[in-house]
Amino acid sequence: MSTTLNNIPMIELVNVSKRFSKTLDFAGKFAKKLGMPVREEVVHAVDGVNLSVRKGEVVGLVGESGCGKSTLGRMVAGIMPATEGDIFWQGQNTANLSGAKAKLAKLQTQMIFQDPMSSLNPRLRVSDIIGEAPLVHGMVKRDQLETYVDEQMRRAGLDPSYKRRYPHQFSGGQRQRIGIARALAVQPEFLVCDESVAALDVSIQAQVLNLFMKLRQELDLTYLFISHDLSVVEHLSDRVVIMYLGRVVEEAKAEDVFNRANHPYTQSLLNAVPRIEARKKAFQVVKGEIPSPLNPPKGCHFHPRCPMAMDRCRVERPLLKEIAPGHKSACHLNDAA
Amino acid sequence: MTQTPTLEVRNLRTHFFTRAGVVKAVDDVSFTVPRGKVLGLVGESGSGKTVTGFSVMRLVDEPGRIAGGQILFKGQDLAKASEEEMRSLRGNRIAMIFQDPMMTLNPVLRIDTQMIETVQAHAKVSREEARQRARDTLGMVGIPSPDERLMSYPHQFSGGMRQRVAIAIALLHKPDLIVADEPTTALDVTIQGQILAEVQKLAAETGTSLIWITHDLSVVSGLADDIAVMYAGKVVEHGDVGEVLDTPLHPYTNGLLGSVPSRNKRGEPLRSIPGMTPSLFNLPAGCAFQARCPRAAEVCKQEPPFREWLPAREARCFIPHNVSEPGTKEQVA
Amino acid sequence: MSATTAPTTPPPAVKPAKVETPFRRLVSEFCESKLALFGLIVFIIICLLALFAPWISPQNPYDLAQLDIMDGRLEPGTVGGAGFTYWLGTDDQGRDMLSGILYGLRISLTVGGGSAILACAVGASLGLLAAYAGKRTDTIIMRLVDLQLSFPTILAALMILAFLGKGVFNVVIALVIVEWAYYARTVRGTALVERRREYIEAAQCLALPTHRIIFRHLLPNCMPPIIVIGTMQIARAIALEATLSFLGLGVPITEPSLGLLIANGYEYMLSGKYWISFYPGIALLITIVSINLVGDQLRDVLNPRLKK
Repeated sequence: MSTTLNNIPMIELVNVSKRFSKTLDFAGKFAKKLGMPVREEVVHAVDGVNLSVRKGEVVGLVGESGCGKSTLGRMVAGIMPATEGDIFWQGQNTANLSGAKAKLAKLQTQMIFQDPMSSLNPRLRVSDIIGEAPLVHGMVKRDQLETYVDEQMRRAGLDPSYKRRYPHQFSGGQRQRIGIARALAVQPEFLVCDESVAALDVSIQAQVLNLFMKLRQELDLTYLFISHDLSVVEHLSDRVVIMYLGRVVEEAKAEDVFNRANHPYTQSLLNAVPRIEARKKAFQVVKGEIPSPLNPPKGCHFHPRCPMAMDRCRVERPLLKEIAPGHKSACHLNDAA
Repeated sequence: MTQTPTLEVRNLRTHFFTRAGVVKAVDDVSFTVPRGKVLGLVGESGSGKTVTGFSVMRLVDEPGRIAGGQILFKGQDLAKASEEEMRSLRGNRIAMIFQDPMMTLNPVLRIDTQMIETVQAHAKVSREEARQRARDTLGMVGIPSPDERLMSYPHQFSGGMRQRVAIAIALLHKPDLIVADEPTTALDVTIQGQILAEVQKLAAETGTSLIWITHDLSVVSGLADDIAVMYAGKVVEHGDVGEVLDTPLHPYTNGLLGSVPSRNKRGEPLRSIPGMTPSLFNLPAGCAFQARCPRAAEVCKQEPPFREWLPAREARCFIPHNVSEPGTKEQVA
Repeated sequence: MSATTAPTTPPPAVKPAKVETPFRRLVSEFCESKLALFGLIVFIIICLLALFAPWISPQNPYDLAQLDIMDGRLEPGTVGGAGFTYWLGTDDQGRDMLSGILYGLRISLTVGGGSAILACAVGASLGLLAAYAGKRTDTIIMRLVDLQLSFPTILAALMILAFLGKGVFNVVIALVIVEWAYYARTVRGTALVERRREYIEAAQCLALPTHRIIFRHLLPNCMPPIIVIGTMQIARAIALEATLSFLGLGVPITEPSLGLLIANGYEYMLSGKYWISFYPGIALLITIVSINLVGDQLRDVLNPRLKK
C-alpha cells in the first residue's frame, strides 16, 4: 500500500446527510391547514456519516436495503449533492470548487455501476461509449482516439476488435468490463464500485474482482467498494464500514470486523451469511424486518431487532466511538463497560 | 424398502426452436429426488437450471418445448400428461416458488382472496374453511398476526414478507414436491437467513421434497441433501452435497468452488475459471467445458458419458478429480 | 496442479458476420409481420404515386384549359370528347378523377406528413425539456399540454382556421397546434424513465455537458415511442385535414386534397354518381390503413416488454 507524504485523505465526508423529501403541493398544504393527516415525507437516506478514505486504500461499504450505501456512493462520486455536511476532495471542499477544478475533481472520481444492462447507452457503439468523455474533455486528440480506446479495452480485458459493436451483443461480464474501461478512460484516481459484481455469475464475478485487484496495483487506484456480499468485501477490502438505515454502525480493519465484530448488527449479519463449510446446520436468524427508511425507529435504529437492547437504546442515538485502535462502533453496550 | 421417489427425471430434453436456430437449453438431464429430501440444482446463467424447473412444472412456453425424456412424478410421466392433468397437479401436488414473489401474487387482489382462491381451486371446502387453512399456513411460514395480514395487499408487504406469502401459497395443499427457483437471491442477507431457516424447518416437518434452484453454493450447502451441478444444459455432477463440495469430481464444480472468495486467501487473486460459458447456439463438439478446463485433453473432443465414478457420485467427465485413488484427496479448491 | 487465471478474457466464441446495429435488428423484426410489410409496400407505392403525379397522371386537374365541362359527371371508363379515357370517371367540373386523386394524394400527404413532423419536433423538444428540467418548467409545459388536449381536436382546428383563414400553410399550422401535445406528453413519460437509468448517471459522472446528455444520450433512447406516435399521427393528420377540407375550411378549391374531392362529390352520392366521392374515399382509406399497419407493427417491435 502506498503512503502519502501528507496525511490528507483522498476523500473525506464530514457529517454528511442526504434527505429526500416529498414537499406538499398546493392541495396538500391546503389539506394540512384543514387539519387532515398529511405530512411531508422525509427519507433520511444518509444520516450524519463521517468517512475518510486514504490514497491506495480499499474501503468496503456493507449494508442491506435502505442502509444508504448507494446514496453515499453517489455523493462520493459527485453525482448527487449532499443535503448537509461537507465532502472534501484531497483537502478541498467540493462545494467551493468551480469551473475547471470542479470538473477535474469529478473526473478523478468515477463510478462502476451495478446493472450491466442499463449502465451502458444501448444506442452507442462501444468505442463511442469509452471514447466520448476523453474526447469531449480534450484528454485525447481525435487522431489518437482509436489507439487510446484500444488500450483501455485491453486493460479491462476486452478484445479491441469488438469496439464497433453494441452493448446488447456482449455478455453481462463483458458489459461490466466496458463500464470499467469507460471509467478508466478519464484517468481517475478513485473508483466507487456500487455493487459492481452483484449481477454477475460466480465465475465471472471472480474474474472481475481479479481485474479490480490488478488495476489497483497497476494504476495505484483507491476504491470505495459497495456491496451487500460480505465474503466479497472481506476478500478485497483493507477497511470495512457497516451501515444500517443511513448510519454507520461499525468501522474497522477487515480482519477486525470479521473476527472481532463489536456491533450486534454486524454480528447478526455475519451469522446470517450462509457458508459452504456449514453443512446442514441450522441457519441463524435475526428476528424482525428491516424498518422502512420513511419511519426509522427512534434512538438506535437497530434496537427493535437487537437481542441485547436496553432502555437507553430506545431513546438515545449511539455515537460512533473508537473502542480499539482503528476500530469504531456505535453501540451503547460499549459504554456500559 | 425402496419407495417410489417423488420425482425422477430421466434424460430430459427441452429445446427452444428460435429463428436463429435450436437452443438446447436442457439437454439430457437426469436426477432423482427421494421423498422428503432436498435437491440443490446449481448453475450459472445459461446452465439450464431454471428451464429444468419450468419443464418439471410443464410451464415452458413457445418456442420451447420438451423434446424428449421422462419426468416421473410418483411414477406418472408428466412429460406426457395432458394440460388438464397438469392443471390439477400444479398448486396442488406440485408447487413452484419464483425469484420474484410478484410472479405469484396479484397486485390488485387482497392476500385472503388469492389464498382462498388457491385452496378452493383444488379442494371442495367452504370459504371459512379455506380461510382457516390460509391463516394456519401463514402461521407456518412465520408471519405474525396472520388475520391482519390476510386483509392486506401485496404492496403493503416488504420483499421478504411477500416471499413468505408466496411460500405459504405453495404449501396450502401440502404438495409432494416444491420447485423453488432462486427464491432468496433478491433478498437481503438477514431476511434470506430467516427464510432459509423457515424452509429448513418446514421441509423437515412436512416431508415435502424440494428442488432448490440457485447459483449460490453456500445456500445449497446448508439446505440440500443432494446436489446436481449444471453447465450448458447438462448435469455435470450429481451426488451427496457434502461429498461433492468437499471432493468435487468435475473440473467445473472444482472451478466454481475455487472462485468463491471465502475459499481464497485474502488479498490473493481468486482462482477464477478463465473464459465464458459458450453460447448455446454454438457448442463445441464433445465436452462443453473443454475450452475453459485446466485438465482438457484430446479425449474431451468426444461426448463424455455421465458415469458413476464413485458410489452414488456421478460426473460427466473423462478425467475427473479425486478418483485416481479413492483414499487420497487431490489438491483441489 | 493449480488453476491459474488467464490474463485476458478470450473473445466470445460466436463472431457474427456483420455488426448488428439496432437499426438492422429493428428492420428484421419488423419484417416478421407479413401484413405490416404489405402495409409498408402499399404506403411506399402511394408515396411514389403522389411524388410522380405530374408525370403519370393523364391530365392536370388544375389546368382549367384542359377541362371540358361537357365531360362532367361521366361514368368510369367513358371515353371523353377528346378521345381520352376517364378510368375513374369525372367530377362535375369535368376533371378526370384519377388525376384528381393523384394530385389530391400529394396535398394530403404533404399536409399530413409535414404537420406531423413539425408537431413532432415541437412536441418532443418540449417533452424532453420538461422531463430533464423538472419542477416549474415541467409543470408549466404539462399544464399547457392538458389545456391543449382538453379541446376536441376538430373544434380546436376549426377555431384556428376560422381565425387564420384558408390555405395550405394555415392548415399545417392548425394541425401542428392541435397535435404537438401528444408528442410532448409521451416523450416526457419516456424521458422521465430513461433519465433515471444508470447510463445517464454515468454520463453525469463523466462530467459531460448537459446539452450533450440530453441530445446524445437521452433523446435517442426516447425514439421508440416517438416513432410509433409519429406514424399514427401522420394517419391522424391526413384524416383531420380531410375532415377540415370536407367541411370547407381546409385547402382551397383550386388545390383539392382528397377530403375536398370527397366533399365535392357528396351531393351526387344518392343520385347514382357515386364515383366522384367513392374513389377518393377509397384512396384515403388505403393510405390511412397502410400507415396504421406499419404503425401497429412498429409499436409491437419497439415495445421492450414484448421482447423475449
